[in-house]
Amino acid sequence: MGYLDGFRVTFRKLFEERLTKDYSKHTGGKRTKPVRLHGRHVLNRYEDGMEKCIGCELCAGVCPARCIYVRGADNPPDAPVSPGERYGFVYEINYLRCIHCDMCVEACPTEAITETKLFEFSFTNRDDSIYTKDELLVDDDGRARRMPWELWRGGEDDQTSAWMRVTSPSGDADYEGKVSWSAELGYGVRPPEKGQSG
Amino acid sequence: MSWLTLANDPLLSGDVGWTVVLFVIVKTLIAFGLLLVGVILMIWFERKLISDFQNRVGPNKAGPWGLLQTLADGLKLIMKEDLIPDKADRRVFILAPFLSAVPAFVVFSVIPIGGAFDAEHGGVLHAFGHDTYMQLADPPPGVLLILALSSIAIYGVMLAGWASGSKYPLLGAVRGTAQMVSYEAALGLSIVTVVMLAGSLSTHEIVASQAGAGYSLFGAIPIPRWNIIATGFVPFVVFLIAATAELNRPPFDLVEAEQELVGGFHTEYSSFRFALFYLAEFMNTITMSAIIVTLFFGGPAGPVLFGWGWLSGLIWFSLKLFVFLFMFVWVRATLPRFRYDQLMNIGWKVMIPLALAWVMLLGAINIARDEDWNLPAVVIGAFLALVAGWVILTGAVDMARRRRSAELTEEALN
Repeated sequence: MGYLDGFRVTFRKLFEERLTKDYSKHTGGKRTKPVRLHGRHVLNRYEDGMEKCIGCELCAGVCPARCIYVRGADNPPDAPVSPGERYGFVYEINYLRCIHCDMCVEACPTEAITETKLFEFSFTNRDDSIYTKDELLVDDDGRARRMPWELWRGGEDDQTSAWMRVTSPSGDADYEGKVSWSAELGYGVRPPEKGQSG
Repeated sequence: MSWLTLANDPLLSGDVGWTVVLFVIVKTLIAFGLLLVGVILMIWFERKLISDFQNRVGPNKAGPWGLLQTLADGLKLIMKEDLIPDKADRRVFILAPFLSAVPAFVVFSVIPIGGAFDAEHGGVLHAFGHDTYMQLADPPPGVLLILALSSIAIYGVMLAGWASGSKYPLLGAVRGTAQMVSYEAALGLSIVTVVMLAGSLSTHEIVASQAGAGYSLFGAIPIPRWNIIATGFVPFVVFLIAATAELNRPPFDLVEAEQELVGGFHTEYSSFRFALFYLAEFMNTITMSAIIVTLFFGGPAGPVLFGWGWLSGLIWFSLKLFVFLFMFVWVRATLPRFRYDQLMNIGWKVMIPLALAWVMLLGAINIARDEDWNLPAVVIGAFLALVAGWVILTGAVDMARRRRSAELTEEALN
């Protein structure tokens, strides 16, 4: 009875266990996020509080969704914002456009922009969707600033740039385990994660 | 009294005073309310069940088990902007949803939904000093009314598509009209077998003729006197398939084939007008299941479970109805959509000949019984004649196809 086999298939599904988890409930619904999950960005600072961003606009150039807007400016000589010549004067990310591909993070020469694991942020108007530099920049303790509509869970903002530290630069096994990145405000220099060779 | 013969209901047989009018109004409200609540529950039931079939969870946020989801959706639909496209034929565009929804309501009025169908009561309910059937109306041409109204409902689909002034609705409407018209023939022919057995078009009479003890298998296992057995199963199958096609439900939902036609005939509709189409669709599902129960499964007739006969009638009816609602959802969850030429092939070359042949077979048996002919001989003779007819029909179809393909190859060669 080839015609009726399908009915048996669908009927059996009635009694199977559902794979869907109730996401809205905190118990069981939400899974632990992977270490390298791409979420909302932060702009990092050095241990001395200087901003890492040098306003080079490479992130804006590489962004496939064109959601980043950067304008650099010369550092004021008496009160420099970043260690270099220039700094990010305006820095905006439009989260209605961002696809969290992390290409900005890869492009950044100073590890200024990295991503947290936060993805549950539902703003309710378009103005809120554009995060300004103020909102993106980490606090004085090195932690991401929290907007009222963001749903932070524990550990989402430590290890923000961790995924970059996993492998050695350029994949060269000789550099495995050697730290080649700058220190971060609030965290200092973090040890490298497990390398490519295991 | 002549106008009173429009209805067989004992309620209207005596003097029609204001109490009777009030009674009828109350009955109308009850029928209306029952159907509306039924539709709300049916939409929820269908969504929940189909997600069960597909290993999903389904609506579960609005109210307990998502029961209020339909209300929420309905509210949302009504509050949406009501668009009428510039190219639309305004008056027809506005009329079409009502042509779909009103027949869907009215058909339900001839369905007997309860009552004790035993020798004592005969389906009559005695309430507030009046005798009445548990159905809104029991016009003598009952079954014909169903067919007529479902034909009117086709106009809803057709005019909606035509008046939208847009190509996808038009395509959907053309498909829908062709499909519903072709399957209505098979539907009607399978109803004829039931009417032949019951000897009446009235739905009440059809149910009454199926009530009571039927045959028994090996003298022990009782088999009800349902028409599904009395008509020999085939008309039921034909009716079921034709009804699914008539309802435009999967696997016959070419009218609303999303992948091809956006939303089909109601693409251009929004807000309350769309809600009416949506309502009519599910209302028709309930009504069609109720018609199947009435025609083939004895409607509310069944053994009295406890004290109140009419209540047990209602329970039997609901149970039988539920089985078919379940089945419709099950079919929807299982079968893929038909191709259009397959749909027409099945409709015209299988369903209609089969239904017609079965009507003739049952007719022959009926006449043989009345005239006291040799029944086995008649049955065998009729059967042979039908087989011969079948062979001739398929032969003709085959030959036509071969000639056509030969013509085509000839054309291609030239």
